Amino acid sequence: MKSLKILALVALSVFFMAAGNVLAREQIRIVGSSTVYPFSSYVAEEFGATTKFKTPVVESTGSGGGHKLFGEGVGENTPDITNSSRRIKEKELKNNIEKGIETIEVKIGYDGIVLAQNKDSEDLDLTRKDILLAVAEEVPVNGKLVKNPYKYWNEINPSLPKREILVYGPPTSSGTRDSFEELVMEEASKKIKEYGGKYSKIRTDGVYVPAGENDNLIVQRLVKDKTAVGIFGYSFLEENSDRLKAAIIDNVEPTAENISSGKYPVARSMFFYVKKNHLGKVPGIEEYVDLFVSEKMIGGRGALKRIGLIPLPKSEREKVRADWQNRKVLKIEDLK
Amino acid sequence: MSVKNIQSSRNKKRYFKEKVFKMYGVIALFISFAFLVTFFGNMIFKGYSGLRQAKIYTTISITPEVLEDPAYAFLEDDYYYISRDEIRRLPLKIQDSKDMMNKTFNEWVIADSEVDQYLKGRPNRLKNSDKKYLDKLKEEGKLKLFFNWNFFTNGDSNLPEIAGIKAAVFGTIYVMIITILVSVPLGIATAIYLEEYAKDNWLTRMIEVNINNLAAIPSIIYGLLGLAVFINFLHVPRSSALAGGLTLGIMNLPVIVISSRAAIKSIPPSIKEAAYGVGASKLQVIWHHILPLAVPGILTGFIIGLARSIGETAPLLVVGMVAYIPDAPTSFVQSTTVLPAQIYTWSTASLRAFTEKTALAILVLLAVMLLLNTLAIWLRNKYEKQW
Repeated sequence: MKSLKILALVALSVFFMAAGNVLAREQIRIVGSSTVYPFSSYVAEEFGATTKFKTPVVESTGSGGGHKLFGEGVGENTPDITNSSRRIKEKELKNNIEKGIETIEVKIGYDGIVLAQNKDSEDLDLTRKDILLAVAEEVPVNGKLVKNPYKYWNEINPSLPKREILVYGPPTSSGTRDSFEELVMEEASKKIKEYGGKYSKIRTDGVYVPAGENDNLIVQRLVKDKTAVGIFGYSFLEENSDRLKAAIIDNVEPTAENISSGKYPVARSMFFYVKKNHLGKVPGIEEYVDLFVSEKMIGGRGALKRIGLIPLPKSEREKVRADWQNRKVLKIEDLK
Repeated sequence: MSVKNIQSSRNKKRYFKEKVFKMYGVIALFISFAFLVTFFGNMIFKGYSGLRQAKIYTTISITPEVLEDPAYAFLEDDYYYISRDEIRRLPLKIQDSKDMMNKTFNEWVIADSEVDQYLKGRPNRLKNSDKKYLDKLKEEGKLKLFFNWNFFTNGDSNLPEIAGIKAAVFGTIYVMIITILVSVPLGIATAIYLEEYAKDNWLTRMIEVNINNLAAIPSIIYGLLGLAVFINFLHVPRSSALAGGLTLGIMNLPVIVISSRAAIKSIPPSIKEAAYGVGASKLQVIWHHILPLAVPGILTGFIIGLARSIGETAPLLVVGMVAYIPDAPTSFVQSTTVLPAQIYTWSTASLRAFTEKTALAILVLLAVMLLLNTLAIWLRNKYEKQW
């Protein structure tokens, strides 16, 4: 049993060695949104394969988690870049400024949120109000808010098919859910006086089914279940266009063109934020961002379009590049 | 009614009950077996095609222009069907070996995943004109499925045609080394102390209850502990094998303590007493008698704990190991990912070509588990002693 003693000794020494000295970092560290993750890791891979730099580590922590890690401060233990499927919040930027972090904002493109259904189902032509009334916890009836009684789409709007309402969507932890609440529910409820402002509470009586963070699971359910509709990102619709189709929202079909031009109402911008303090300290950050904002990646025919990114209009892409070239630091006023 | 009749009717009832009870068992077995077969069948059906990969036989001509835009090296007709990885790596390849310039090669290159999926009869985005051209290539023998070595020799990729599990497998091995180094010595030492030295008082009973309790705690809690203690306090690098291994090691500790204690307890006291009787010290009794006899039991517990740790994702998510890390680690402090994390990442990818990779990686993980559990059973049978 001598080996056991040696084993124990080795264990202890490894533990203290590693805890005592953290290696100088030569690899870019990226955290943040799971929506931006596929694009970010695609560029990271391309960067690793075509340059002599090490491939950056891209972690999928969610937008909020990413800003939290990014905002911990300056130094090797903090990430260099955070991805975000929404703009940085004022609170988060304020924290960055207090910690001495200089934040550079880079916008990379759009992501549409679609309401999809089985290809064999009858088309759905919805307004945002229809969707709100289908999924809200409470709806206005005769000037009062009551618990949502709607079970069929045609009860909301007679022009809709008589089909049971069943919606598979993201759970509360998801950024897609935040965007859906903001872009559909809050926008539509603002215009209905009974709600008295923004309303984003989703019903919990089994009509809206939180289906987990994995959009592929929702896709699989829609393939089997012809009554249901599902809420997820545009890239999953594109990849499954042989078996799913999207609902039309406010008379606009979710196509890449309509999302890019801003016609399709349920679309959000995607960003990443660079820690300016780390430029020149961690090798390769500049080159990585250069590659990311290049026409080859986020352009109208860039590689990221193939995996579902909806590119910015050309003029905006040029502005993004110019701002990055000037290393423009984000200020609180810019968010207003 | 005679006594005999009553007895026989009672017996009939008893036998009937016996039969029903047995049937319950058979039904239960059948149901679990059906689940297992469905699961395995589904995974094998989805995953087997991942073992093969389409390649195209094409001509590559290297000219100085290629350094500017590697697309020029390929035939225009074939270019769209070739994996982006073959194209983008060309300039660096040329720079690394000077004698490639101004030469022409005929080579099998990896095809794009859409081509690969088409060849396997799976859904793809190709247009009819594409399919016609590919059918022609196939007839000429210039488009074929090969064994997919890349799956085992490459790391993660966003291009399904070159994505592999090498980095994740190495990461798993690195993490497991740390897990073993942490949990085994600490676990066995704790078990020996509790069994042989500790007095039976309220404190030890408290510790015992707590250890049993810890073994049943959801694994993500250990992830949060790992984040707070190892990463935030001890500054172990995030996403490293060390951070993951320490976390899983702590998680494994109670399992090892419990199984080691059970193994030590099962040794008949007569052996200990005999050793004391001939004048052995406590240390000698433990090292010469108790530990060697307890080894099979300890090993079984250790291997089952290891199998559980290999399949663990939740605590590793918290310490940052579910990430895009394509390179296999070369040290314990480097960022790395593990097999179940890789499966999770692929299962969330939007490209459908990843379905077969996910299923295949699951099959690999299941194979490893099966191997470990078989090993545990074999070891137990081999060294088990009848008293």
